[in-house]
Amino acid sequence: MIHSLFLINTSGDLFLEKHWKSVISRSVCDYFFEAREKAVEPDNVPPVIPTPHHYLITIYREKIFFVSVIQTEVPPLFVIEFLHRVAETFQDYFGECSETTIKDNVVIVYELLEEMLDNGFPLATESNILKELIRPPTILRSMVNTITGSSNVGETLPTGQLSSIPWRRAGVKYTNNEAYFDVVEEIDAILDKSGTTVFAEIQGVIDACVKLSGMPDLTLSFMNPRLLDDVSFHPCVRYKRWESERVISFIPPDGNFQLMSYHISAQNLVAIPIYVKQNISFFETGSSGRLDITVGPKQTMGKTVECLVVTIHMPKVVLSANLNATQGTYNYDPVTKILLWDIGKLNPQKLPNLKGSLSLLSGAPKPEENPSLNIDLKIQQLAISGLKVNRLDMYGEKYKPFKGVKYVTKAGKFQVRT
Amino acid sequence: MSNNNVSYNEQVSLESGVDAAQENSSIPASVSGGLFSADYKKNEDLKEMLESNKDSQKLEAMKRIVGLIAKGKNASELFPAVVKNVASKNIELKKLVYVYLVRYAEEQQDLALLSISTFQRALKDPNQLIRASALRVLSSIRVPIIVPIMMLSIKEASTDLSPYVRKTAAHAIQKLYSLDPDQKEHLIEVIEKLLKDKSTLVAGSVVMAFEEVCPERIDLIHKNYRKLCNLLVDVEEWGQVVIIHMLTRYARTQFVSPWREDAVFDENSEKAFYDSEEERKVEQVKPYIMDPDHRLLLRNTKPLFQSRNTAVVMAVSQLYWHLAPKHELNIITKSLVRLLRSHREVQFIVLQNIATMSIQRKGMFEPFMKSFYVRSTDATHIKILKLEILTNLANEANISTILREFQTYVKSQDKAFAAATIQAIGRCATDISEVTDTCLNGLVLLLSNRDETVVAESVVVIKKLLQTQPSQHSDIIKHMAKLFDNITVSMARASILWLMGEYCEHVPKIAPDVLRKMAKTFTSEEDIVKLQTVNLAAKLYLTNSKQTKLLTQYILNLGKYDQNYDIRDRTRFIRQLIVPNEKSGALSKYARRILMAPKPAPVLQSAFKDRDRFQLGTLSHTLNSQAIGYLELSDWPAVAPDQSVRIVEVVEPVKETGAPVHGKSKPGKSSEKFYSDSEEEEEEEEEGSSSEDSSSSSEESESESESEENSDDSNKSSSSQSDSEKKKKTLKNKKLQQQKPDGKDRKQKNGNAVKGESRSESESASESSSSESSSESGSELDSDSDSDSGTDQKKNTRSKPVQSTLVTKVEKKEVSLLDLDDFSPAAVPSPKSSILSPSLLSDLQGLSISPTQSALQASSPVFVPETSHELLHRMTGKGLSAQYRFTRQPCIYGNSMVSLQLTLSNSSDQALENIHISEKSSTGQNIHRFNAIERLEPQASVTVSMGVDFNDSTQAANFQLCTKEDEFSVSIQPAVGELLLPITVSEADFSKEQGKLLGMNESSATITMTPENVSSQSVNRKVVSVANLGVIPSSQENIHRFAGKTVSSGCLVLVSVALKDPDAVITINTERTVMGSMLLRQLKTALTNSDP
Repeated sequence: MIHSLFLINTSGDLFLEKHWKSVISRSVCDYFFEAREKAVEPDNVPPVIPTPHHYLITIYREKIFFVSVIQTEVPPLFVIEFLHRVAETFQDYFGECSETTIKDNVVIVYELLEEMLDNGFPLATESNILKELIRPPTILRSMVNTITGSSNVGETLPTGQLSSIPWRRAGVKYTNNEAYFDVVEEIDAILDKSGTTVFAEIQGVIDACVKLSGMPDLTLSFMNPRLLDDVSFHPCVRYKRWESERVISFIPPDGNFQLMSYHISAQNLVAIPIYVKQNISFFETGSSGRLDITVGPKQTMGKTVECLVVTIHMPKVVLSANLNATQGTYNYDPVTKILLWDIGKLNPQKLPNLKGSLSLLSGAPKPEENPSLNIDLKIQQLAISGLKVNRLDMYGEKYKPFKGVKYVTKAGKFQVRT
Repeated sequence: MSNNNVSYNEQVSLESGVDAAQENSSIPASVSGGLFSADYKKNEDLKEMLESNKDSQKLEAMKRIVGLIAKGKNASELFPAVVKNVASKNIELKKLVYVYLVRYAEEQQDLALLSISTFQRALKDPNQLIRASALRVLSSIRVPIIVPIMMLSIKEASTDLSPYVRKTAAHAIQKLYSLDPDQKEHLIEVIEKLLKDKSTLVAGSVVMAFEEVCPERIDLIHKNYRKLCNLLVDVEEWGQVVIIHMLTRYARTQFVSPWREDAVFDENSEKAFYDSEEERKVEQVKPYIMDPDHRLLLRNTKPLFQSRNTAVVMAVSQLYWHLAPKHELNIITKSLVRLLRSHREVQFIVLQNIATMSIQRKGMFEPFMKSFYVRSTDATHIKILKLEILTNLANEANISTILREFQTYVKSQDKAFAAATIQAIGRCATDISEVTDTCLNGLVLLLSNRDETVVAESVVVIKKLLQTQPSQHSDIIKHMAKLFDNITVSMARASILWLMGEYCEHVPKIAPDVLRKMAKTFTSEEDIVKLQTVNLAAKLYLTNSKQTKLLTQYILNLGKYDQNYDIRDRTRFIRQLIVPNEKSGALSKYARRILMAPKPAPVLQSAFKDRDRFQLGTLSHTLNSQAIGYLELSDWPAVAPDQSVRIVEVVEPVKETGAPVHGKSKPGKSSEKFYSDSEEEEEEEEEGSSSEDSSSSSEESESESESEENSDDSNKSSSSQSDSEKKKKTLKNKKLQQQKPDGKDRKQKNGNAVKGESRSESESASESSSSESSSESGSELDSDSDSDSGTDQKKNTRSKPVQSTLVTKVEKKEVSLLDLDDFSPAAVPSPKSSILSPSLLSDLQGLSISPTQSALQASSPVFVPETSHELLHRMTGKGLSAQYRFTRQPCIYGNSMVSLQLTLSNSSDQALENIHISEKSSTGQNIHRFNAIERLEPQASVTVSMGVDFNDSTQAANFQLCTKEDEFSVSIQPAVGELLLPITVSEADFSKEQGKLLGMNESSATITMTPENVSSQSVNRKVVSVANLGVIPSSQENIHRFAGKTVSSGCLVLVSVALKDPDAVITINTERTVMGSMLLRQLKTALTNSDP
């Protein structure tokens, strides 16, 4: 399976290598560098690169390339999913997954990689098991360790590893027992020039933060479970109960985790919270263009739209922008050609507007395509699909937990074509 | 205090170490040469630190060494210093030394041997983690000399009590195999042993080892096939992927294709399972029936579509794609489309697979077409794949939408993508003739685009399109000739030249002019353009030699001295061909026919057309070339291999004094309870307490097999369990087994009385589930669940022995028929072991996948009446007589059907042919007919099964029983009690549900019991003989409870009988009030009737 792993940053420095079988020379990465060069953008690097004797499977995340070396046939998604899991574990352990944190914690990283794979086959990827084997670094702990000489490494096999619920460890104890659920929905949409919806769907996740003592058995039910078109669950969820009763029944992992994700497809009508009136045009002569964008609320269900940001990838020939925003601030980066207009809260009484002129590279032909707008927004206290949690019941423990549900709607891949 | 000081110093040194390391890495490569000596020096002090006698110093040194390894720096000269610490007590230090050892042992083999004895010692350590990690390191040291030691350790570890160590052993197998392939035979033995392992932890790893070491030994899987299928949901995600891929391959070799409508089962393999001749006859006329094992696989993998792990979802999708009947494929779609939201790399792979699928089955993805719309922020390779899929999905109905979408893409700033879009338009134009002209016009418009790549691509595509119908499009050719001067992309220029030459007769004036221009620029053109110029010249020479003779000769002369040999060759060839001279007389006559032959239009097709030769989801599929170690997916066998190979031998039941029936099921269940550390129990409680219980049949079977597995574990006394508790529990078990009902009863009573509410709930819930599982564990365990409840022992011992002895006899005979009466369709070879029978039962239930599984936990009937009812008398049936009886089993043909067994006998003196049920059923019921019996010899009889959906009414089902000559109208009138299926719920849930069904839904009656009826056994017996109900263990002596659900609608039917000497109150709670009152009447008669 996975033979070796190389971590490479965006400037092409190989800063960590780990081999699970015999050592493979890092020169194998030359094939990757070649592909990297060809791709120009890091996003465009093909995930699977064949070389004469090996196959490289790569993911690009947090400005790091995780390049794994494979020698024989293996489902590529197996490797890709695992690499993402590695990145998530780093994030979980160090707060962020970046070159600096990995370099700073190289020993823990190495210990983790050692535990996660044996002979290239995943051994322990559940974060709660890993955390018992190798404790995450905290300032306090490193202080204590240096004083007492104790170590970060667990001495016994984590209880979860052998039980039928590997995601939860035994003997969890809290003084305040609480369970919070965040219903986060993202609208993926494409609107065309005239503002009609070409395509829209909702992607939702329920993130949970459960800090409950003992072995609680939770049941979460919805007011309108039929809305959910397609779901995927954390392994803790009992699928059969979902099938038969449309309730989510589970023994939760300890701490933060993603309980489920769901999909409300294009077949259902998706409410689009805002509309955008835009007019971007480039003149045939004079190397200039005009831009005029107005954003207004559409179907917001009476809630305020916050954190509204409009991002435009301008054509290469646009040199600078001289604009005037009635609300918020705008910024044009002439290197990346990205125009970013940070509006903030949408005020329905006074619609924000961005207007002005663009200057182009003189002599260059006018761009034939108008750039599309990417919208970012957030609506608190609203799940745009109308999904509502009905109740949360706990069995198996006697105490009364504190329960809370929060809804938030965000724009996912929300694009307005012009 | 001093201690503090020391540690402070250490901390400083740590920081400085990290600093130094960072400095090091940031120095450019060119300078690092100068630093080499410094490096060397640092290693010296590392050595010193390792020699020191403080663990903290050593640890510090090791951390820095690991840092060096991570950066790919050579630290091998420290080997002797490091290896000494292998036996360290500090576990972190030890781990780091292990990391080092594994990295460098191959280079320093002799020194590595020093550490071996430490590992051998550690392999005996009581701590399973230490045993496992010792084995991991030992097997990772790639030193050929220790192969025998490794082999020995693996063998030992494979029988370790800890499943974690056994898992490590499975991994070690692969390592040893790659180190020394000669060990294969021995390793296969270990794999065989581990494949039998029932722990979910081991399953994935050992299958991985199997795939690596001996994928060709498919025979090793047979016996474990069903177990793997049942365990699959509980295996960790990575193991699931590997197992699913392996099972896909396995299934392709073992089952016949479900894709043919007329597939007929291989008779030979069937024969062994049916002892009665009649059964076989029934089989012969059967159309394709999926092997139950095949169905088992599909059913048990289905929940994994909901996995959060994309690799698992992909694996199940490919399994369905390669194994499922075509009409079941649609469930793949949603899950795959969901994956498109995942990371870019995941999208890439998933889109590739969808592209391959969408070529073969457009319909699957068409409703989700919009999910493949391209966003400007997608990466280029993602965009191109989406485009590919959109093109594949295009048809007459959606083409206008797709083309509108393409129009946006053509304008994209990403030019590679715009070019791909143009090709896609070309493909749509050839595929769908309605839009060919529209597309062509659109493409011509693009010719005036400012971007060169767009224009060039359009020219190329137009060329291909024009070939289909050139005569109508001379305008376009002229237009392109005009554009020729402005186009610089060689491929486009070459295409135009080719077009000119090919259709020079349509543009007689322009073509020579183009040639004239080309003659001027010939030398500065690209090779591909030159070749086409030569072609054009030759073609014009043949058609219009007057105008172009000189030009042609000029070009041929230029070509003769070209630098490229291809062009020189072509020139020479053309000259000989077209210019008549003495030597080449023969061929030049045909020059015109050679050069101007009508050429077939090119077929524009998907790049994914031929990818389906690879198994989906594999690396080979992604690369479109066979990767090393790719295992070919075989074609379906024409004839299914012997399926008896998958039948597992009976597991020797645990010895005990009580009835053997209990021995098989009880220890398993109760050991599970303690084995899984109360989580399991909680789960059970959860399931039990909510009474609308989800766990449908298949889950049941899983938990069943698991419990079996656990019982094995517990027999081996797994070290993870706390011993004292275990003893207590096993003691309890034994007690339970010996004095089964009473002990259980008492225990439960205690539970209710002493413990708090929740506790008692859990008690009773687990109680109920255990009782239900025991009743599930095999149809031969007929009246098992009532013995649990502490009643009806007499009946148990009376009705049981007959059947169970029969069964045991049969088992001895190696033939697997449990109770063919119960599972009458003979297509199913019933496994004989007690482990598998419950899962088999659920398999049968699952054969008909119903969208909503009933929430209630069905259990097997408590009592199956032997009485059969007459359907057709032999007098009226002209020799054919028929009797039916209710089997009280869940019907395999449909969840809402009542299962019936029909015995047909021929009492005439000639054979009856073609006995069947006529297609038209007179009443509205849905009837599943038995397959026609071709021939019934005189005095012979045959038993067949059928299913009738009575719709929860006692209305008779009327139908025609036909022979070749005659038709007889018959009708089956079900008693209300036969329209039920027993379920198990806990007592608490029973009361809860009862509370919900009050008022109109309750009917009750007071009766006077005859004295001989008051014993609890007789009450139970009476009730279950009237109605197919499950007995609920009751904590009160004088109240008896029964629960069932209606077959068709699944409504609860709760019956309780409260004895108040000499009276008794029968209460029935059900939503089906009519059924309730009918049942009440029947129970009344049954309980007041005094006959025993």
